[in-house]
Amino acid sequence: MEIPYTVSARRDTGLWNAKVGIWLFLASEVMLFGGLFSAYIFLRLDAASGEWPHGLLNVPVGTMNTAILIASSVTVVLAWAALKMRDLTRYKIYMMLTILCGVIFLVVKLSYEWPQKFDHFGAFIKEDALGKYEQYLGNKHLLEKGLPPRKEITGHLHNHEALTDPNIKDYEIALDPVNADPTNPAMDRPHFWPIPATDKIATIEKEDVQYANMFLPKHSAYFASYFTITGLHGAHVLGGVLVFCYMMLPASFRLYRHNPEHLANRVEVAGLFWHFVDLVWIFVFPLFYLL
Amino acid sequence: MNNPPDISPVDHETEEYAHEVRRHVRGYLMVGGTLLLFTLITVGLSYVDFGVLFSHLFHVNMSEASGRKANVTVALLVATFKAGLVAAIFMHLSAEKRLIYRVLVFTGFFVLGLFWLTFLAWYDPVHR
Amino acid sequence: MDATTHPPETHHHDEHGHEHHELGFWRKYVFSTDHKVIGIWYGISGLIFLLFGFSLMMIMRWQLAYPGTALPVIGNALGHLFGPGSMPDGKMTPEFYNSLGAMHGTIMIFAGIVPLAFAAFGNFVVPLQIGAPDMTFPKVNAASYWAFFVGGVIMLVSFFVPGGAAKGGWTSYTPLSVIADSGPNFNPFFNGQTLWLTGFIFLITSSLLGAINFITTIIQLRAPGLTWMRLPFFVWAQFVTAFLLVLAFPPLEAAIIMQLMDRTASTSFFMPAGMVVNGAPMHISGGGSPLLWQHLFWFLGHPEVYVLILPAMGIVAEVIANNSRKPLWGYKSLVFAALVLGFLSFVVWAHHMWLTGMGSAVSAFFQTTTLIISIPSVIILSAFFISLWGGSIRFNTPMLFATAFLPMFGIGGLTGIPLAFNSADLYLHDTYYVIAHFHYIVAPGTIFGLFAGIYYWFPKATGRMMNEFWGKVHFWPSLICMNVIFLPMFLQGMLGMHRRWYDGGQGWGVAADHVWGLTGFQWNTPISIAAWIMGLAQIPFIINFFYSIWKGKKVENDNPWDATTLEWTAPSPPGHGNFLKPPIAYRGPYEYSLPRRGKDYTMQNEPIEASELATAHSARVPVLH
Repeated sequence: MEIPYTVSARRDTGLWNAKVGIWLFLASEVMLFGGLFSAYIFLRLDAASGEWPHGLLNVPVGTMNTAILIASSVTVVLAWAALKMRDLTRYKIYMMLTILCGVIFLVVKLSYEWPQKFDHFGAFIKEDALGKYEQYLGNKHLLEKGLPPRKEITGHLHNHEALTDPNIKDYEIALDPVNADPTNPAMDRPHFWPIPATDKIATIEKEDVQYANMFLPKHSAYFASYFTITGLHGAHVLGGVLVFCYMMLPASFRLYRHNPEHLANRVEVAGLFWHFVDLVWIFVFPLFYLL
Repeated sequence: MNNPPDISPVDHETEEYAHEVRRHVRGYLMVGGTLLLFTLITVGLSYVDFGVLFSHLFHVNMSEASGRKANVTVALLVATFKAGLVAAIFMHLSAEKRLIYRVLVFTGFFVLGLFWLTFLAWYDPVHR
Repeated sequence: MDATTHPPETHHHDEHGHEHHELGFWRKYVFSTDHKVIGIWYGISGLIFLLFGFSLMMIMRWQLAYPGTALPVIGNALGHLFGPGSMPDGKMTPEFYNSLGAMHGTIMIFAGIVPLAFAAFGNFVVPLQIGAPDMTFPKVNAASYWAFFVGGVIMLVSFFVPGGAAKGGWTSYTPLSVIADSGPNFNPFFNGQTLWLTGFIFLITSSLLGAINFITTIIQLRAPGLTWMRLPFFVWAQFVTAFLLVLAFPPLEAAIIMQLMDRTASTSFFMPAGMVVNGAPMHISGGGSPLLWQHLFWFLGHPEVYVLILPAMGIVAEVIANNSRKPLWGYKSLVFAALVLGFLSFVVWAHHMWLTGMGSAVSAFFQTTTLIISIPSVIILSAFFISLWGGSIRFNTPMLFATAFLPMFGIGGLTGIPLAFNSADLYLHDTYYVIAHFHYIVAPGTIFGLFAGIYYWFPKATGRMMNEFWGKVHFWPSLICMNVIFLPMFLQGMLGMHRRWYDGGQGWGVAADHVWGLTGFQWNTPISIAAWIMGLAQIPFIINFFYSIWKGKKVENDNPWDATTLEWTAPSPPGHGNFLKPPIAYRGPYEYSLPRRGKDYTMQNEPIEASELATAHSARVPVLH
């Protein structure tokens, strides 16, 4: 029993089945990421002044990853075009490049970006203790300039045991430049090139701290959103990569020999999914890395 | 069910279509380049202090908060432009069928409704 | 069961020249990709979950009528079954009461009604009604069933982990649901609330896959000549329902992911700063918003209720047209009403949130859209009522359930109107009035529609009729009991009796006020008794259903109801590929009351004859592809 319109289009709709199916699936994905983005909007609007951080992510690496994903979008559509032109060698090359780009994206994220964050520490100072740490926060200077206050001291935590041991009463932090020299006008806005933590050590007493943690999802609403959205996005990248790998297996080449348009359609459908993943990233990148 | 086997069109039809696709390949590469360029533009623009810039250009005093809002607006506009290119050219939406447009228009309406109404509920609370 | 055994005339498969291999037992009945088998699996699973969810309520009703007393006969056994925290000495603990309430709602809606109304009926009937050989994506169809199965099993398993099943209501409002089921007595992952969230992800995945399949199938696989405005209303209803599922479920999935993060990774998506639990400040970052959960939940939650009602409306349409022997009145209005209903359902959700402190502008918006959405519902109901006028009505069992649907849904819908106003809802929110309102729509509404569908399409699926006498024995007590259960709840609600009170209101002043001769609290007793009688009334149905599969009266032909739509042209039961000859539609779906050739109806696939071209009625030339 054959199901019609799997390869050729139905005349009145002009579409073959999988194309309708994938666009419906992408519509549901728009709503899924839309739900997450609406959470981001809600949480960011609700954050008090100075509580939504800026400049904590590595922009050059993020930019490079964005470029890699855009490149992979180009290569996947070229792979599809090669199939439509019945050029199997070109198809294989472009598909391999697409898979490679996807893998690089994931590797950069999971082995560099995320671990870098997990290694970084931040302590939110209690409202009434902000004055005590003025030397690290520089809020008078910010107030004069009409800028929002700083409420967090960040850097590399030297005494990790402080996180779990209630007997240890303070945190020892090798300060980030923004807290080492907070009144320097160069520190008013985030930088493109990340500047490493300084050698200047600060001792923050736990009783002055509202909440402190490594840059994990539980650190703040910002990192919760960042890790959840990029995590879900990364899962989609992985899914796409796995589907593309399947398109390079012998089973797919057998399909090409017996019904090449069917394989081209499958690649087109997978490509549409991949472009959507790229599209989501086009919004994630500025919202989290730049703004 | 007596459906004809659903296989690829014959060779000479494929060749004509292949010629069409070849023309599109240049378009894909150009769009790819444009996207990379605009990525750099997005990054660059995010470091522009619109508050200071507008104060100099138009001699109006723009607060830091409004400057930040301008950054957000600009970044989202550029992102929308890039997303539009991906959708229209890479995802062939500019040549797609009416049915797909309709599905996407409704989807867009509902997701924007989700954003706007959730925002409105936050923006308009009961005042004590 | 015999749903997919090949009819004797299987030789037609060889004519097509493709391989026809005999599938083994497992591929044919268990891991099938045939829409009819999958539909039946969904149907049986949905009915089992409905029975389970209803049983949870029957247990709860003891506590509501006789709070603090031991449930006789089975109380101790249940206590042993559900663990030490549930019913020690047969007396229900508050935690177990909350679990029963939360899981009753969740299971009935997502493991009972949606799989039965949408997936089961949709899977079995829609491809047949549009003249298709199967769904467009049979493997995805099978995957959607198994995802549902896993999700349902996870929900059941959650009863048996330490701490028991989720207790935060089927709505799982934060921050309570984030802090619930955690601490030293609970497993960090295998606890009720986390399992609820996980199971839900599987259920959502199942619905998404299914909905995509339905929409694509209806768009792409309609038989030649079956234009959009010739589709049976049931197909339109399933089509709109599928769109609601595709677009409304994902934001809830996003919210569930976030709640899982809050529970397992200690994030603060929904947790505000400064939370103190059991005297100790919580060690979380804060900065989250409990209201965010409500927005994302109800963004699904409202379209969900139309998911629950639309398939039933579709079934009622088919059964009424068939058993009044006249075309449906106002077909075009019905179709447009269904489309508008689906569209509007996305912009009314905050009427579930009137008490969250929204200001006048946003409240005015949602009140307006909520009132407007009552219009298409009224149009649909009115069209059904008018369809009965002047008909030759046959009151067989499907028709009894379908006609009972009409006033029951009417009561449910009309009682929703006060809830649409935030001012009236200030009083009625979270009272038994709300419970009565939505149960009238789903219980004597949707479920009666589903019963109508089961009795109606049973002969198509099995080739046998269900017993009429026992069908009526099922119907009358069910109808009476439904009203005895839910009508007094309106009164209880108007007294001010709250939902989710573990003692049934016994300890609350408002429940001591009298209404219609009894106190609000005392009304719990007749309500509970009616619920138990209703449970008994389902036994004839269950026996009738299974008995008739093997021993029911065989149908005399493939169209025992003398119906017009395409599914009745296929064999009963249909074989692999459904139709012996590919159907072509020449007519609309409800050509009743036109005497032709000794029959009072004409099937959709009967060609137009020259004599008919003279009349305007069915003069359309088929549009072939």
